[in-house]
Amino acid sequence: MSDTVEKRGRKIVINPVTRVEGHGKVTIHLDEDGHIAETRFHIVEFRGFERFIQGRFYWEAPVAVQRLCGICPVSHHLCASKAMDGIAGVDTVPPTAEKIRRLAHYGQTLQSHALHFFHLASPDLLFGFDAPVAKRNIISIIHEKPEIAKKAVLIRKYGQEVIKAALGKKIHGTGAVPGGVNKHMTGEEIAVLREEAGRILDWTVDGLELCKSVVMADKERLLDFGTFDTISLSIVGDGGKLELYDGRLRATTPDGEKLFDDVPASQYDEYLREGVRPWSYLKFPFIKSLGKEKGWYRVGPLARLNNCDYIDTPIAESQRQELMALGGGRPIQATLAYHWARMIEAVHSAEKIVEMLDDPDLLDGDLVSAGERRPESKAIIEAPRGTLIHHYWVDDDDRITGGNLIVSTTHNNEAMNRAVRRVAEQYLEGRQITEGLLNHIEVGIRAFDPCLSCGTHALGKMPLHVDLYDAGGTLISTRKTEEL
Amino acid sequence: MSDRNERITLTIDGVEISGESGMTLIEAADAAGIYIPRLCHHPDLPPTGHCRVCTVTVNGGNGAACTRPVADGMVVENDTERLNTLRRNLIEMTFVEGNHYCPECEVSGDCELQAVAYRLGMTAPHYPALNPEREIDGSHPDVFIDRNRCILCGRCVRASALIDGKSIFGYKYRGIHKAVAVVVTDRLGETEIEATDKAVSVCPTQCLRVKRRGFRTPLGSRRFDREPIGIPERE
Repeated sequence: MSDTVEKRGRKIVINPVTRVEGHGKVTIHLDEDGHIAETRFHIVEFRGFERFIQGRFYWEAPVAVQRLCGICPVSHHLCASKAMDGIAGVDTVPPTAEKIRRLAHYGQTLQSHALHFFHLASPDLLFGFDAPVAKRNIISIIHEKPEIAKKAVLIRKYGQEVIKAALGKKIHGTGAVPGGVNKHMTGEEIAVLREEAGRILDWTVDGLELCKSVVMADKERLLDFGTFDTISLSIVGDGGKLELYDGRLRATTPDGEKLFDDVPASQYDEYLREGVRPWSYLKFPFIKSLGKEKGWYRVGPLARLNNCDYIDTPIAESQRQELMALGGGRPIQATLAYHWARMIEAVHSAEKIVEMLDDPDLLDGDLVSAGERRPESKAIIEAPRGTLIHHYWVDDDDRITGGNLIVSTTHNNEAMNRAVRRVAEQYLEGRQITEGLLNHIEVGIRAFDPCLSCGTHALGKMPLHVDLYDAGGTLISTRKTEEL
Repeated sequence: MSDRNERITLTIDGVEISGESGMTLIEAADAAGIYIPRLCHHPDLPPTGHCRVCTVTVNGGNGAACTRPVADGMVVENDTERLNTLRRNLIEMTFVEGNHYCPECEVSGDCELQAVAYRLGMTAPHYPALNPEREIDGSHPDVFIDRNRCILCGRCVRASALIDGKSIFGYKYRGIHKAVAVVVTDRLGETEIEATDKAVSVCPTQCLRVKRRGFRTPLGSRRFDREPIGIPERE
């Protein structure tokens, strides 16, 4: 680090980054002329679930690993279940099981996207990036825009009710088991969900329109904010359909060329590798053929919309076309377009829930399939924040000997670091540093909806520290915002 | 023990109940519909008084209700704050002595230790967790032992010897390290245990359990989702 801080250079630390899930910090090194010398987005906590599950029986993993997170446990639960389907020798679970899992996943995507857009991101978008810090939070939304706040809470609640009906509990349910699910849904559960479904879809469309209107009102600035070219990675379904639960990997270059396509989960490790750097607990995955320097990419809602050829629900598809038109035939690279893409996916999820609630298979049919035990299995799902990979090895005693989880935020690691750098160059370079300017950095990070621990949650409660150091690393001054 | 033919009366918490000589106190209480908390006791197995959770006060002195024979005129205290506090402490110590992680445990909702803890109002252990290293044995195709959950009640030892006629289980090590042993072979896969054995069905924490059943029972349908522990099970 010392070689990056020149004489009279400065180091700015944003610690912790707020309104993201988990704990991280940003360091920005300025040279003596006030130019950005280096930026880093550090993830400062360690989870260790791959180690916790070693020695445990394979059927325990889907319930154990979802404890990584309280926001998108369903994604871990389902991805581990899909992997353990493979361990149990099951390639295709019964239709009832797949549909109940998918419904849970749409509920999960809806509630997680609503949480992020309304609770975490909307204060920046509605009040301004440099609004007073005391105002940039969900409480101000409740006070000043109660109708939006009410919809935000109720959309999220609905998504969680869908999860509860499908998996048994709103958070950390146990419904998916190796080879299938453990219960049908009931007619009463379906009836309650159906009653609210149309209104929730309408409200979600309202949220999307709100997001669009904010972006389009300041289009030139916002679409250039923290924007840089990168590869998009996600799974897609048959015919290039937007797919969240099961599909094959596709990577698209900034020019729209397919770097690879139709890659099954079982071959993910032939295309992706993980690198480590000493200053972060988050690994840096990259595309093997391009190497560490050029092989980084982004995942998540924007990457999924860049990659897919169509969405199989009408409102979301027309909205996708509208968004993609901004790219003029190229994938969209605007960092803040993540919010837009996220809300399109929220609408898609709500549309899918409406459609699926009429499916009789939810109420009846085989729950579990069985097969011949296998020693290794890999699975991929699209979690709300992006591509999620679970990979397990199981011995002859049915005990897990190893696991590798590559979570969405890990895939986005380099991209988030690039966003920090880009925003710093655009907004901090050569200027007097203010709290409002530093929030621009966080806005860039928040667009990715990172789940830094995939487990703990810092909802704007913690103070922001800005420390200025001289070339020798001596603290010159410290600014600390008021606690909210 | 005397023959079970002499009618006697006793009081539990001031309620007069009748029983027969030769009965244990816990049997008489169960027959009268009075719940005395317990972990190591099982109605199909001879009592051993291991866990002491069924401790009651009889005529002023404490003793295990599972081993104590009834006698005419006994005055028994059971559901009192003092005794329940003692029991709760025993349960808390049992929790910290092993590795009981209810939120991700496949037996949650179907575990007598957890159910008794709920019944006695335990929220979380007050003692420091010992986080011991415990052995897991998955070598048998149909049955496993996860000693992380073992509370050394001895039900499997008794059931295997007295009902299954196989004597597969015993104990090994001493003191805080004491553990259930698979005698002779040390590996479950080399024994004649079967999933249908009584030993496999009696474990209060199901550390001895049939494989691949984890989480197959949905939330809301598990044994103690339906009714709390404490309603005596009668054949």
